[in-house]
Amino acid sequence: MKTALYIAAMAIVTYLIRMIPFTSIRGKIRSRFIRSFLYYIPYTVLAAMTIPAIFFSTGDARTAAVGAAAAFIMSYFGLPLTAVAFGASAAAFVASLIF
Amino acid sequence: MTKTKHFLKGLYNAVPIGLGYLFVSFSFGIMAVKSGLTTAQATVISATNLTSAGQAAGVEIIADGGTIIQIILTQLLINLRYALMAIALSQKLAPEFTMPHRVFAAFGITDEIFAMASMEKSLNPFYMYGMIVTSAAGWVTGTFLGASAGSILPASISDALGIMLYGMFAAIVIPEARKQKSVLVAALTAAAFSVFFKFVIKTVPVGFVIIICASAAAAVAAVLFPVKDEEEQEAAA
Repeated sequence: MKTALYIAAMAIVTYLIRMIPFTSIRGKIRSRFIRSFLYYIPYTVLAAMTIPAIFFSTGDARTAAVGAAAAFIMSYFGLPLTAVAFGASAAAFVASLIF
Repeated sequence: MTKTKHFLKGLYNAVPIGLGYLFVSFSFGIMAVKSGLTTAQATVISATNLTSAGQAAGVEIIADGGTIIQIILTQLLINLRYALMAIALSQKLAPEFTMPHRVFAAFGITDEIFAMASMEKSLNPFYMYGMIVTSAAGWVTGTFLGASAGSILPASISDALGIMLYGMFAAIVIPEARKQKSVLVAALTAAAFSVFFKFVIKTVPVGFVIIICASAAAAVAAVLFPVKDEEEQEAAA
């Protein structure tokens, strides 16, 4: 029950974030600080979510480190999201066979 | 073009998105079940949220026994980027994109759909619906398969798949950090804060850690590197 409530909260909040600006805001946000803040938010959220969690994501720090290294290298060379996601998994899997 | 043609074009153009989502959400399904959710719960989350980072964070908080306030604040912060995308898209809507269409289509503003939609000069609602259907089909199917079949997979494979979403996040941040020093500084600052909370201040719940780290780092970057209008355009593209 509690989980259902949490899931509903996630869905409602996520929808409202998309819907309210899409139906109402047409003007440009004037505050340069807020525009800048909003510009960096996606990157800081993803960075904070990824590090250090990625190193705990496979249940073994060594395979996770190999997978993370693969992800970082492939991302650096601009490979598509799906390729990086697979490559990281494949690297972690291969590492798990070795360790 | 007729409504049907717009819709079909959307269905077709979003096939790469749908395929990508299928595999990434497979990883989400595994992660959700590992965190103690049922297959049905994981699938409902994907069908009603249609977003990767927000769902992953939500599940982390649920697993951590977090509060509903943490869930709401985290979703607000993580998904705030959709508000920006919605604002950007609202500037390029076709005249057919009436208010009821806005109310429905808003559900489907994801990073990838936004990227495709923003390439349109005049965005047709049925084109957007087409893209949403293909993308959501991949996202929900993948979640269901990951959540239900993930436990059938050998542990070594499902463990390895657990890293997928994080790999995708890296693939979003790193290329941009390579191009822009400001993004690099913002991401490294956020990562440093996050490591600090993980190993030094261990008592703060994960939901708040993400909010605090992301907000602080974005504020630092906003002060050090205020964006110009062109950068905002680039971010929208």
